[in-house]
Amino acid sequence: MNQPLLFELGKPGRKAFDLPACDVPEKKGLLPETCLRSEKAALPEVSQLELMRHYTQLSNRNFGVDTGFYPLGSCTMKYNPKINEDVARYNGLALLHPLQPAASVQGALAIIYAVEEALAEIAGMAAVTMQPAAGAHGELTGLKLIRAYHRDRGDFGRIKVIVPDSAHGTNPASVTMCGMEVLEIKSEPDGSIDLEALKAAVGSDTAALMLTNPSTLGLFESRIEAIAEIVHEAGGLLYYDGANANAIMGIVRPGDMGFDVVHFNLHKTFATPHGGGGPGSGPIGVKECLRPFLPNPRIEKLEGKYTFGCSEKSIGKVHSFYGNFGVIVRAYAYILAMGGAGLRQASEDAVLNANYCKKLLSKDYDSPFDRFCMHECILTSKKQKNNGIHTLDIAKRLLDYGYHPPTIYFPLIVEEALMIEPTETESKETMDGFISAMQQIAREALENPGLVLTAPQHTVVSRLDEAQAARKPVVRWEP
Amino acid sequence: MKIPAELLYSKDHEWVKVEDGRAVVGITDFAQDQLGDVVFVEVPEAGAELGVGDGLTTIESVKAVSDVYSPLGGKIAQVNEELGDAPQLINEDPYGKGWIAVLEIADAAELKGLLTAEEYKKFLSEEA
Repeated sequence: MNQPLLFELGKPGRKAFDLPACDVPEKKGLLPETCLRSEKAALPEVSQLELMRHYTQLSNRNFGVDTGFYPLGSCTMKYNPKINEDVARYNGLALLHPLQPAASVQGALAIIYAVEEALAEIAGMAAVTMQPAAGAHGELTGLKLIRAYHRDRGDFGRIKVIVPDSAHGTNPASVTMCGMEVLEIKSEPDGSIDLEALKAAVGSDTAALMLTNPSTLGLFESRIEAIAEIVHEAGGLLYYDGANANAIMGIVRPGDMGFDVVHFNLHKTFATPHGGGGPGSGPIGVKECLRPFLPNPRIEKLEGKYTFGCSEKSIGKVHSFYGNFGVIVRAYAYILAMGGAGLRQASEDAVLNANYCKKLLSKDYDSPFDRFCMHECILTSKKQKNNGIHTLDIAKRLLDYGYHPPTIYFPLIVEEALMIEPTETESKETMDGFISAMQQIAREALENPGLVLTAPQHTVVSRLDEAQAARKPVVRWEP
Repeated sequence: MKIPAELLYSKDHEWVKVEDGRAVVGITDFAQDQLGDVVFVEVPEAGAELGVGDGLTTIESVKAVSDVYSPLGGKIAQVNEELGDAPQLINEDPYGKGWIAVLEIADAAELKGLLTAEEYKKFLSEEA
């Protein structure tokens, strides 16, 4: 059913509120005429009931992890346990003011400090900052630390950051934002680093290598130690993009692999809200050599008391106050509830679910990599190509079955990619339901391709013209 | 898939048409098909000097943002301003109205590094 805009509802004079009469005399002339509008603002005039129905109906169209399966690859849309929400709403945490003196917020500082310590342990790093507000912000912060580190040693020539062509788009973007230069190297067909290409790329101008492991193809880069050695020998540092960290918790640590900086996405790996319910949080962990450059203020623990410390070599603040505190609290609740063994189990189950999905779907869909995957698997629409079916059509058809489609057309180095990340929180029944829908779509592609090509049919709106929407966006309603 | 016989091609899927010491450059039919519906083209800057393999422009489609590399070195003499308002020309007419820029060829020897239509056809079949 089409839902009219708020502007299209109501009648002149109708309103959703009832204010008491003004009990102070009206005073005119406080503002000059030029600052006053001559005609009334054309605001919607609706009753409270119309207003409620309008927004409630819109909210019913939301799709989230709480309403259905959401296997968006590289985004880790795991369930967010509701106890985390309860904890974040405790008065002692929710009503704090960020300018309160440290002595009156010891509990809050203890939480931030404890999450830093937990993440440092999980990552194998020496120190963590909770300031960055999301993954890409963590990348920018990490690169700034790397640049500060090289400059502090008097080495101003290290301006290049090596990024494989399978990387998340944020990696090269963060490098550019940081004022450094991207040096892209081609990956092997399975998304792993081409060691010869890496050897040829490193030099006295190498600041760092940015890497995602498991790679964006959901495969573990098993030669990571050799890669780290090549980069370190050339004088560069290694940056770990933590987008895929949900595959490795408690199993292997980026610090042990040779990485010097790592970012985590609390809204992916640590079950805090992802997307509209955010905000996000992208803390970064660093090795000892980068500690002096971390953003100020640092939370320090002295004789059982928490205080704000300050490093002279710091790159400065990257977020107001201490990061997105409410998100940090949720992650703390999650880490404590799971415990070390629980986090490892989560990663193991995430990997198991992805491999289950890959195995059962590799008969009907092309599965380009013949090996175990990590927490996400890649399929392509190669087998459906001859019937004129593309990955986009399969994704659209999934909407008819009530599923959020997986990530499509990423990674870029796999043609017509579908990247499925089920996460550990989905049951076998949910997995089987999704797999059966995918198998059904593969049959439809063979027997009735028109059905797939014109999907979705059962949604509020049918297939949208995405190209036209991007070319000629209509961003303003006009009567 | 159209591969006009009179053009030269790069392995990055650009085409080159040589006219009086100048080279008209665009992306191939194969490239536009791979990209899908193009929604934005960054019109290059006339007068800029490029080397072989330097970024000529960026094309954004519904699927991804992709760099277009210059198949030859030289100065950008002319750019296709129309692409700013009508990026779909890349899809509709990749070898005609979807041209991207005209380069003043700096070194004609670089043309030898490009593929003929036959060679490009073979290259595509090997890639697939």
